[in-house]
Amino acid sequence: MIKKNIKYLAVLALGLIACEPEFDNPIEDAGTYSSGEADFSNYVALGNSLTAGFADGALYITGQENSFPNILSTRFAFAGGGEFTQPLMADNVGGFADNTNDFPPRLVLAFDAQGDAAPRPFAGTPTTSVANNLAGSFNNMGIPGARVYHLVSEAAGYGDPARLATDQANPYYVRFASSPNAAVIDDAVAQNPTFFSLWIGNNDILGYATSGGIGVDHNETGNLVPSTYSGNDITNNLVFAGAYTELVTKLTADNTEGVLLNLPDVTSLPFFTTVPYNPIPLDEMTAQGTNMAYAAYNGGLQQAVSLGALTAEEAAKRTINFFAGQNAVVILDENLTDLGAINAAFSMLPQIRQATPNDLLVLTSSGVIGTLADPSDPTSVLGVGVPLDDQFVLTPEEQTSVESARLSYNATIEALATANNLAFYDVAADLSQAANGGIAFDGGVITSQFVTGGGFSLDGVHPTPRGHALVTNGILDAIEATYGASLPRVNVADYGTITLSNEVN
Amino acid sequence: MRKLLLLVLFVAVTMVTYAGGYRVSVQGQRAMAMGHTGVAVVNSAELVFFNPAGLVYLESKLNVSVGASGIFTDVIFQNEELGISAETDNSVGTPISLYASYQVTEWMSVGLGVYTPYGSEVTWPTDWAGSQLVNNIDLAAIYVQPVVSFKLSDHFSIGGGPIFVTGSVNFNRNATRTTTDIDGNRSNITVDDSGVTNWGWSIGAMVNLTEDLHLGFSYRSEIILESEDGEATFANFPNSPAAPANGTTSFRAELPLPAELTVGLSYEYKKWLFAFDFNRQYWDVYESLDITFGNGETSLNPRNYKNSSVYRFGLQYQATEKIALRAGYYHDETPVQPGFFAPETPRNDSDGFSGGLSFAVTPKLAIDASFFYLRFEEIDASYDFGSGSTGAQETFGGTYKSSAFAPGLGLTYKM
Repeated sequence: MIKKNIKYLAVLALGLIACEPEFDNPIEDAGTYSSGEADFSNYVALGNSLTAGFADGALYITGQENSFPNILSTRFAFAGGGEFTQPLMADNVGGFADNTNDFPPRLVLAFDAQGDAAPRPFAGTPTTSVANNLAGSFNNMGIPGARVYHLVSEAAGYGDPARLATDQANPYYVRFASSPNAAVIDDAVAQNPTFFSLWIGNNDILGYATSGGIGVDHNETGNLVPSTYSGNDITNNLVFAGAYTELVTKLTADNTEGVLLNLPDVTSLPFFTTVPYNPIPLDEMTAQGTNMAYAAYNGGLQQAVSLGALTAEEAAKRTINFFAGQNAVVILDENLTDLGAINAAFSMLPQIRQATPNDLLVLTSSGVIGTLADPSDPTSVLGVGVPLDDQFVLTPEEQTSVESARLSYNATIEALATANNLAFYDVAADLSQAANGGIAFDGGVITSQFVTGGGFSLDGVHPTPRGHALVTNGILDAIEATYGASLPRVNVADYGTITLSNEVN
Repeated sequence: MRKLLLLVLFVAVTMVTYAGGYRVSVQGQRAMAMGHTGVAVVNSAELVFFNPAGLVYLESKLNVSVGASGIFTDVIFQNEELGISAETDNSVGTPISLYASYQVTEWMSVGLGVYTPYGSEVTWPTDWAGSQLVNNIDLAAIYVQPVVSFKLSDHFSIGGGPIFVTGSVNFNRNATRTTTDIDGNRSNITVDDSGVTNWGWSIGAMVNLTEDLHLGFSYRSEIILESEDGEATFANFPNSPAAPANGTTSFRAELPLPAELTVGLSYEYKKWLFAFDFNRQYWDVYESLDITFGNGETSLNPRNYKNSSVYRFGLQYQATEKIALRAGYYHDETPVQPGFFAPETPRNDSDGFSGGLSFAVTPKLAIDASFFYLRFEEIDASYDFGSGSTGAQETFGGTYKSSAFAPGLGLTYKM
């Protein structure tokens, strides 16, 4: 009797043990994924705001957590990847407590009483202090605002708090520089990375482009001394190639594997494609009234033609004409003939014209178009009675400067990837696809449409978490192709887009 | 022969089993030990549930059966393409059954039953990959049923009675795959209600072809639980007119407890009893889980279940005067159709194996023990009808594998 009971107990115990379900091929098992020829044990990400996870015009914790390097590190973890540390900000507000003018809180999408939505600054108070050096090295060395030449050894001191006042240092790097005299590339190499990503160079053209081309194109000036450049300038192609080569050379000194990313076209960014060239709705009467105000200018152009100071073609381009309907804004364009300089008699004819579909109005122009330059003068409507400043428009000539620099940079990047057997991700192609038709995923499509497209945050330049997820998958493709790795993708649908909040200033 | 039985028991715990929808078929320790057969088994007061018509054929005047099981369930999930995996952390389910019958006259018996035929308790890690479908759910329904049983002849009886149901639900899930507040906390909704009541009925018939061969039939009606007084809690939604306000609101929802038809037979041969039950569960009533919130939000979740069948086989061997040994097997078809596999009821076809015994402490009182073991085949499945923040259809899927093990104890008293 007792013997029999023992048998039953044994059966029961067996059942309890066998109860735990188990997959035939658990993904936790070794062999499911592989790093191929790469070694992900110590991944260091080098770059700018895109690498840092900057979004909505600020750096904040959830943006950093959704940065492509951080997402990528979760994939690497399936194949030998180690811990991935980031110099996290103190809050989800963004901005610096020490300097809220230059580093304000993030943008959120707020609704007004009419139900219209617009990006507005979040009402939180920044608590991150530049003065607080985090002491230690971080795998994510993305530094918002950095250009390629800011990362090289010669740029030592880019993290020196004493140089912040003179704009020679970057507060984001100040937070985690190993010493005031450190250089970014040296801090990166000191971590002995086994794998790296490098996405740098965007700011070398974007500073010029986002400021509507008010800066200088150093491919025209031939200036090869980056310490003399302003934040609105285009970096000379040779300077770019030299600095980028130094970065790759130092990062690959120990045959370290890595991935290089190229630079997207500005027309892939909603910052340049959201505001139309013709945002001015006018009725017949207002159009006629405005045309009368420009009659003298239009007449002057014809005079200049008859005197040979202007081609008929340029005069036609510059002739201002409003009509009932959607009208192009009037813009300043320094590439137009400066008639006043030719003949003092023409000094009343400014370098203005109406925009065309080939002009790119920057996102920030939406805040000024239609407002009064002089609140007491109802005819001083910006974009109509008063021309839009150069800083709000990227003209075709300026676009050419940006694009030719970009193509040169990208040629450098791809060539260095090939020469060093590094993975190369043509992120420019994917972002172009997002801007032209979109990229489908389960449950939707990512486009570059501002606010609603899902790919770009509310600053119109930086990706959303979903955009970062897309970039992550692209990088994984490149790594698998180059190193024979096998890694799980992320579902971009699991990554968010913009943040709603009516807690705004 | 005894060795064969042990072998059956052993096989039972090392093979595979399943259970359909949120039906929990553990309505009697003796029946459970025999693969949850019983529509044609005249054995104990468990007949209140299995077939009230049979009560009148019980030999004793008063019959009481009480019991409870502890169900240990576990579901694992993984998606190799996305490198995601998760495992449920379910608390122990405890279906109970309390039955009593009393023979009033030679031709009539009355009975009362309290049992819990529907329920589900699934807890995934909060904010796991499928959290837009479910973080956790706890569903329970208690049936209270008086029955009456009439003997029309020695060969034929009928029985039945009304069912009073009281149910409760607690269900939490994230609003979408991505919505968060400003700090990245996932927006989520909890619905909670208890004391949701409604009425139903059951009816049964039994035919005794010979002294040893019984045929049984029973039907239990569908009962729709309509939740109207519950509370829905919206949490971590962004502070925006475009998002629902955080806080509590009312909600309305309907959850069907499907009808079930059972036909079966039992046959006694010397010390052996063989039983077969066929269940037909009318799950097609579960078309959609639609929740309408007091704040104007709605949540539409197509389920599109199909009717399903369970095939049950049970065996009893009266080993000694005091000990009866039991074993059973059943095949349980899932009501879930491809593309509708939601992780809140992750059920696919299953095979169940059960065993147990009764030990008669005295001629009047017996201790009943049962266990069953369900280990689901792993299945690649998805729920393709999720709705994203933009209303677009979304998919969530991967590989699931479930298992359940449930030991139970009960007492049978007769006089």
